[in-house]
Amino acid sequence: MRAKQQRLVEALSSVLPSTNLLWQKEDTAPYECDGLAAYRTLPLAVALPENEAQVQAVLKLCNEFGVPVVPRGAGTGLSGGAMPIQEGIVLSTAKMNQILDIDPLSRRATLQPGVRNLAISDAAAPYGLYYAPDPSSQIACSIGGNVAENSGGVHCLKYGLTVNNVIQVRAVLMDGEVVEFGTEALDAPGLDLLAVMIGSEGMLAVVTEVLVRLVPKPPVARVIMASFDDMTKAGNAVADVIAAGLIPAGLEMMDKAATRAVEEFVHAGYDLDAEAILLCESDGTEEEVTEEIERMSAVLRQSGAIRIQVSQSEAERMVFWSGRKNAFPAAGRISPDYYCMDGTIPKKAIATLLSQIKEMEDRYGLRCMNVFHAGDGNMHPLILFDGSDEDQWHRAEDFGNEILEACVALGGTVTGEHGVGIEKINTMCVQFEEKERDAFFGVKAAFDPAKLLNPDKVIPTLHRCAEYGRMHVHRGQLPHADLPRF
Amino acid sequence: MADLTNEFVAKIREAAANKSPLIIEGSGSKRWYGNAVESQQTLSTTGHTGILDYDPAELVLTARAGTTIADLEKALAERGQMLPFEPPRYAIGSTLGGVIAAGLSGPARPYAGGVRDFVLGLHMIDGKGDVLKFGGQVMKNVAGYDVSRLMVGSLGVLGLITQVSLKVLPIPPAQSTLCFELSEAAAIHQVNAWSAKPLPITGSVWSQGILSVRLAGARAAVASAEDQLGGTKLPPEMAAKLWGDLQDQTHPFFDKAQGTAGGRQLWRLSLPAIAPAIDANVPGADMQLIEWGGAQRWLWSDAAPETIRKLARSMGGHAVQFNNQHAVGDVFDALPPGLLAIHQRLKNTFDPHGAFNPGRLYQGL
Repeated sequence: MRAKQQRLVEALSSVLPSTNLLWQKEDTAPYECDGLAAYRTLPLAVALPENEAQVQAVLKLCNEFGVPVVPRGAGTGLSGGAMPIQEGIVLSTAKMNQILDIDPLSRRATLQPGVRNLAISDAAAPYGLYYAPDPSSQIACSIGGNVAENSGGVHCLKYGLTVNNVIQVRAVLMDGEVVEFGTEALDAPGLDLLAVMIGSEGMLAVVTEVLVRLVPKPPVARVIMASFDDMTKAGNAVADVIAAGLIPAGLEMMDKAATRAVEEFVHAGYDLDAEAILLCESDGTEEEVTEEIERMSAVLRQSGAIRIQVSQSEAERMVFWSGRKNAFPAAGRISPDYYCMDGTIPKKAIATLLSQIKEMEDRYGLRCMNVFHAGDGNMHPLILFDGSDEDQWHRAEDFGNEILEACVALGGTVTGEHGVGIEKINTMCVQFEEKERDAFFGVKAAFDPAKLLNPDKVIPTLHRCAEYGRMHVHRGQLPHADLPRF
Repeated sequence: MADLTNEFVAKIREAAANKSPLIIEGSGSKRWYGNAVESQQTLSTTGHTGILDYDPAELVLTARAGTTIADLEKALAERGQMLPFEPPRYAIGSTLGGVIAAGLSGPARPYAGGVRDFVLGLHMIDGKGDVLKFGGQVMKNVAGYDVSRLMVGSLGVLGLITQVSLKVLPIPPAQSTLCFELSEAAAIHQVNAWSAKPLPITGSVWSQGILSVRLAGARAAVASAEDQLGGTKLPPEMAAKLWGDLQDQTHPFFDKAQGTAGGRQLWRLSLPAIAPAIDANVPGADMQLIEWGGAQRWLWSDAAPETIRKLARSMGGHAVQFNNQHAVGDVFDALPPGLLAIHQRLKNTFDPHGAFNPGRLYQGL
């Protein structure tokens, strides 16, 4: 063990029970990456505090030692936000996993950061309530991580993201001070620091308690499965539904490649000849849903749907959704590896982006299947590649970056819900100018003046952007002359 | 329609160089909100107007900060859409920039969300005269810190908002208002119990022993909720007037001449919705109007500010002296030291020369 690591581990041992501190390689290895497994680093140690006082003690100590701290929830993040830093430690909030209170009358839950997203809804179910944001990883991801990433899900269009469903966050700053962002009311005196804290990717403070809003569970939900023989028609149908004054509870799309991959996996009865499948859900009371489903079906037919099926039971609704919800594992089944992108674009640009991606598939010699939250323009192209082939991974990375740049060019953003982390740090150079990036550094320093909390993530330095820019120009002059074409 | 960005940049650079702060102002309809500011120079945004982009199918509207809310609401209504957070307008010329900077929301706040929930992105000029762009025109965007939402309710102390993109929503096809005779405590309990059920509630107010609940949504949903709740249905024109008067605070409760008699002032208590009824011994407890299902309580009181603030804090919320003309001391609750330090560092980042609205939010900011 190196001297620095030894000193640090000794100091941490004085504030944490021995079972809550990992430092031997075989113990820290599981923490070397999050859901973005392509990027890995071993930390000096992993701290697993059980309570807020221990979080404070760990942070104070690291602050004194000048050791960077990477906070980690369940480790399901897809952008490397929880990837360790070589000279730093990982602080996992996984052991702080208690639901402290559920108040059915005020429709709120008080949670420790390690509580799993789905566990909140399970605990609220007896009261007819649930927690609305439902990222695909909800069975495993934790509320602390959801706060860090401002997680979304398939119901955002109607029910909002994490930022719209969290009332108050209690957190510890890098110097060990406990602060509360927001109050138990709907607003707080001063600047809206709660909004900045949500989606800050563990760079401002470590979350120790979260107060969330619960909403009444709609008694009925039904989903329409509509097939289209043309991607542009499907894209326009999305706009037509919204323009008709309808806000679906979920509005999801899959292209042909995705449909075929998932059908093989889940056997949901998807239309394999369709160029695009649209899932359009309505929830509410029986009367409300009947009225909405009728209006939605009429609009979809008008927009050129060639086949429309409405779920007739809860079981059938789950079957219709099963393919969409299993798109990622289905990709994993037909390809050794896949690389999931997360750009968001205005809805009117969906068909344009998809045709650009088609062209990129040929150019990079890699396949891509598309599933996305069509209602809010949040695209998840899944680039299929074989990670054992170094060249394929590099092509996949370049392919991904080009998709994200296309999203920015179409008036969108490089990340809708997965975060920047380490993965999209280069494309941040494309989306933001130097002065905005400087402002971000200023925001970071306002919360963490010593810059020890998850440093070197999210905001690229000027130097990094200059490097990325050079690569970029080079690529522009000589577009992938070295790439094999097939 | 004019783009005055360059003019603003020049004025801000000059103010920063001369260390002579500017008061940012739209129509001036909320001049009385926040702490009174001392500087003499005003930077007016009223000429910087125009809707830049609005596609109803995207549910996104982008406009310059000086555009009036009235103009936005007109453009939206023509396409069957609305601003879901129902900003108070106070005056006919009330501007988009002012609404964002004040961060005040109307009756729909607890149900549809507040201003902060509908801001997707904005352009601003910081205290160095740099034009900064945060967020965007899409519904989901987690690239970088959420500076757009930080500007909501910042009262102009971090920069001049020049352009805003908002999420908008369709106007619900049906609306209905039901009234119930209930005591303060019973009304707070009842409206919360209903809110825990899948009912299309989008507004609530309790005043003088009457609880009024607004339902809005699909026709069938409103009709079945009416059957479930009972009560007395308010005629549509009276209902429209009630919610409009609450949104703009033209409701008789807010009548200043009446309220300020005897040295009372208007307090806004922001509380957890289920906070108990305010103790009858608190001065002004009998002059109350309760909105937001109990989460916003208005009080005309002559109690010492600290009495009201302590009361709000003890219930998990905070209190604001809503009109600075009659305010004693700071209008907002003091911040704990840790949060104040973050505020000061944010001010230094965005406005290092103190060019904007000194003291409007807090002394020293």
